[in-house]
Amino acid sequence: MSTETVTPAARPVQPPEPSTARPPGQGRAATGFLLPFGLLYLAFILGPAVYGLIMSFFDASLVRPGLGGFAGFGNYTEALQSADFWSSLWHTLWFTILTTPPLIVLAFVFALLADRVSRGRWFFRLAFFAPFILPSAVVALIWIFMYTPELGLLEVGLAKIGVTAPAWLGDPTWAMPSLAVTTIWWTLGFNFILYLAGLQEIPRDLYEASAIDGAGPWQQIRRITIPMLGRTTTLVAVLQVIASLKVFDQMYLMTTGGPDFATRSVLQYVYDQGFTNFRLGYAAAVSMLFFLVVLAVSAVWFTIVRRQEKEV
Amino acid sequence: MAHSTLAAPEAETAQSRGVTQAKIDQRHRLFNRICLGVLIAFALLWLVPLAWAVDTALKPNAETTRTTWLIDDPTFAAFGRVLSDTPILNWFGASLITSTLTAVGTVVTASLAGFALSRMRFRYRNLVFWAILAGIMIPGQVLIVPQFREMDALGLLNTYWAVSLPQIPTAVAIFIFKQFFDGLPRDLEEAARIDGAGWFRIYRGVVMPLARPAVAAVAIFTFVTSWNELLWPLLVLTNPDLMTMPVGLATVQGAFGIRYADTMASTVLGAIPLVAVFLLFQRHIVQGIAGTGLKG
Repeated sequence: MSTETVTPAARPVQPPEPSTARPPGQGRAATGFLLPFGLLYLAFILGPAVYGLIMSFFDASLVRPGLGGFAGFGNYTEALQSADFWSSLWHTLWFTILTTPPLIVLAFVFALLADRVSRGRWFFRLAFFAPFILPSAVVALIWIFMYTPELGLLEVGLAKIGVTAPAWLGDPTWAMPSLAVTTIWWTLGFNFILYLAGLQEIPRDLYEASAIDGAGPWQQIRRITIPMLGRTTTLVAVLQVIASLKVFDQMYLMTTGGPDFATRSVLQYVYDQGFTNFRLGYAAAVSMLFFLVVLAVSAVWFTIVRRQEKEV
Repeated sequence: MAHSTLAAPEAETAQSRGVTQAKIDQRHRLFNRICLGVLIAFALLWLVPLAWAVDTALKPNAETTRTTWLIDDPTFAAFGRVLSDTPILNWFGASLITSTLTAVGTVVTASLAGFALSRMRFRYRNLVFWAILAGIMIPGQVLIVPQFREMDALGLLNTYWAVSLPQIPTAVAIFIFKQFFDGLPRDLEEAARIDGAGWFRIYRGVVMPLARPAVAAVAIFTFVTSWNELLWPLLVLTNPDLMTMPVGLATVQGAFGIRYADTMASTVLGAIPLVAVFLLFQRHIVQGIAGTGLKG
């Protein structure tokens, strides 16, 4: 009770930003605090980023030191004229198209359902989220076994209900959808958690008030939940598109880019060119092109978020 | 005015409202029950692959060609074979060392930087802020070529340093710490400052003990992400005895071939450490993800 009245006098305002009345020498202290991160950041992120950009203009090779001969835009024009590059870009895009909508819609639906359940939420969190924390290698081994022709659980299970299963990973048409199914199973939990958190932000009174006004559950979902989750959906979509574009593990582990290169992603193309064909300069150029794609996607979403914020 | 005119009809509407309200409540209750049913069905479906892996791991190899959940002769032999035929314990150790190194490094460097950005006034503060923010935009995967060259030049290939060092500077972690520090009350710091404490003592003795939730979220999330990383350790670790768990498991497929029980036993063993982390720290992991979400 005494503190209540005394503190405001002793401490006039609680400044949101550090006040200027701080002891001197902040510059030196700040340098010290930022140094450990700064050094690692320069050495392992910014430095390599610049070096990679330089390298992309040279014929650098894995098997000899140094940058090698100057190539100008040679690596870039070669990549842009290479059918392999474009098909790997298309595979990456195709994978993103196959995975993003289900990963948003299913995560939303599951979170919505889980939000209405009062007991046993830990069980649903476990079921949907547990796969997400497993290493890709574990996920890949389990699903390769699930997809095994003749004795895989999927083929046998589908045969029981009278459906003839495709060759899954062995069929160039079905390989990518199969990888997409595995990915949906693996990573859905992340979006599920984001949506659950978003749902908890919606004030309960809104539902109660609308129920008194006679709103049914379906109307509540359409009129309250979906509009209120707009920003969460934008976030989930951005993170999902970027994560899907960066796909490497599933292909590397489950199909090694096959059959007949039908599932080789951009990152695996970089890996193959750089570390199997030793063409580091070319691989660096492809990385830069890929970086531009990711950047473009981020920029598009950033504008959408900006517009959403203006509307609010 | 309102009193006199509304008094009479109010009783009526309340009654009719009570009837429709009961109907609506019933509708909501029914809907919730359907929700629960659908959700349970999907959750069980989601658990099938994991259950199938465990089931297969408990079969003798010969039994795995019959696709059935029933096991005639359940055995732990497959686990024994994995433990003796592969250096899986080494992989476990490598993952433990690199992930711990990454998590500790990230927490220390990011909390220091986050503290500076939250509490100190210095020149180029905005520049530093934007330089770090720009780092979020660069996906680590586009840097593998130059980073590999760098590790080669430093003579760090086939060491755990090569795995961890590039994973430590995580810009997102700084923002999580900065945001958390921004929300802390400043009274305690002021008191410590009056007692003559310097910046480091305030960070160490006052702010960090209060920041346990942020430390836990960043540490656990970094640990799990680092544990699961495949592409980078695959490039820098070629010695089978040094491989991390994901890289090692990636070689299992070729080694075991159609010995499905052994393959599944290796996935179960590979999953156990993370399932344990998940069960122990479920709340922190979930909060960590939800936190990044709310920030965006």
